[in-house]
Amino acid sequence: MLTLTCPHCGVQADETELSPGGEAHLKRHGPGSSEEEFEGYLFQRQNPKGPHYERWRHSYGCGRWFLAARDTATNRVFGTYPASLAAPSDGLRSLISTAGAGRGFEPGAPSPAPEAAQ
Amino acid sequence: MRRYSVFALAREGVRHHTGWDRAWASPLPKSRYDVVIVGAGGHGLATAYYLGRTHGIRNVAVIEKGWLGGGNTGRNTTIIRSNYLQDPSAAIYEKARSLYEDLSQELNYNVMFSPRGVMMLAQTLHEVRGYKRTAEANALQGVETEFIPPGRVKELCPIIHIDGPRYPVLGALWQPRGGTARHDAVAWGYARACADMGMDIIEQCEVKGVTSANGVVTGVETTKGTIACGKLALVVAGHSSVLAEMAGFRLPIESMPLQALVSEPIKPCMDVVVMANTVHGYMSQSDKGEMVIGGGTDGYNAYTQRGSFHHIEETVRALVETFPMISRLKMLRQWGGIVDMTGDRSPILSRTPLGNCFVNCGWGTGGFKAIPGSGWAMAELVATGQPGPLAAPFGLDRFREGRFIDESVAAGVAH
Repeated sequence: MLTLTCPHCGVQADETELSPGGEAHLKRHGPGSSEEEFEGYLFQRQNPKGPHYERWRHSYGCGRWFLAARDTATNRVFGTYPASLAAPSDGLRSLISTAGAGRGFEPGAPSPAPEAAQ
Repeated sequence: MRRYSVFALAREGVRHHTGWDRAWASPLPKSRYDVVIVGAGGHGLATAYYLGRTHGIRNVAVIEKGWLGGGNTGRNTTIIRSNYLQDPSAAIYEKARSLYEDLSQELNYNVMFSPRGVMMLAQTLHEVRGYKRTAEANALQGVETEFIPPGRVKELCPIIHIDGPRYPVLGALWQPRGGTARHDAVAWGYARACADMGMDIIEQCEVKGVTSANGVVTGVETTKGTIACGKLALVVAGHSSVLAEMAGFRLPIESMPLQALVSEPIKPCMDVVVMANTVHGYMSQSDKGEMVIGGGTDGYNAYTQRGSFHHIEETVRALVETFPMISRLKMLRQWGGIVDMTGDRSPILSRTPLGNCFVNCGWGTGGFKAIPGSGWAMAELVATGQPGPLAAPFGLDRFREGRFIDESVAAGVAH
């Protein structure tokens, strides 16, 4: 069973105690944004096979949101950090790069313009 | 290709079965094909088949990183139905279901399509209303379904406990021409028919990159060398985002493990497919006697092909409540497949930002039932470059335009 340490209350929580919240560090687009920006923000996801920065809520514990870095191919957890941080710490990022997992940190990278997409 | 028939079987019977042809060859890739299809699962092979049969495009390669039909095609619970709420869904799934009806004859390969009937239990008042609405919508769409009362549920499937304490059965949406098929045979049958048309099916060949020039695809780099192509179709289900990144665009897809399990074989006890969406489990009995059980998806992205253990407990608990007689049944095997989920739980058959590159993905937890229809519609899209009436509503542009085909609400959880 997947176990994540809540960075707020310090509890090592089983996944049954947590609610997944999808990709982290998305750039939020509000009123006045273009259709492409809304599409990217609302629907398009990196969905990597490898390190993934993601949101979790400690629903059946302290109730707070936090972020985790986890390898989606192996379920290895690199670390967790508070949702208030705009980016993972340098330590976490170097841990991921030394793990040879390849993929760097791309905060809510916008999608290429899908001009031809029908 | 020598046709399979009762005469061929009799002939080989006296020859100790030494004269059968290989169903498909395993050639090395040629340097160029008109169309390269990535993914030799049901959808990829069906796309190749209808490209050849309907559109006359036969210089085609289907490349597969593992073995043929070893992904979700070999991992699903083989349920076939078309009782969807939205018109575009009903159209493409009903096309698929109707093609399944005579697929064995068409492919000269027994896919064991068994239209034994699919029953979706209504166990809350909300579900009763939802399924009655679906039955009315299906009547308008030309899909044969009806809402049946609890007594009829018990008659069709006597092992259901209809007076359960938590969720009594209040009725069901019944599709008599839904059912199951042998999932491996669907892949094998299409592969054999494709090989017979001169197409190359190349297994153990993983795509490592997509090459392009001036915004148009030129080929793929694989573990068996570079293969040039005129058109490229990505039909890889759970790994769609990985392939899309190679091709330089992003998809509205998240990949999650979905689990299934089978029990030890027992004597025949149910001859319909039962889906219980409120408690979340579905079950049918295979021809070998195993109870085939479908469970839930994990809520978070993963490519692990196993899934979380607690989902098995939830699924089995739900089914024991619905079918008390299985409470002492031992489970034989459990496995997971990676499903590609879209926001509206409807598939994507679309052109992409890369020219001459097409994508067929997003079938999520319910792709097996759609294989023939999906291949049919995808072949038209690849051959002509334009989506036909079946594929048109499923374009990528619907996410930008907000034109969703919302089956996530319509279909409940099971799909």
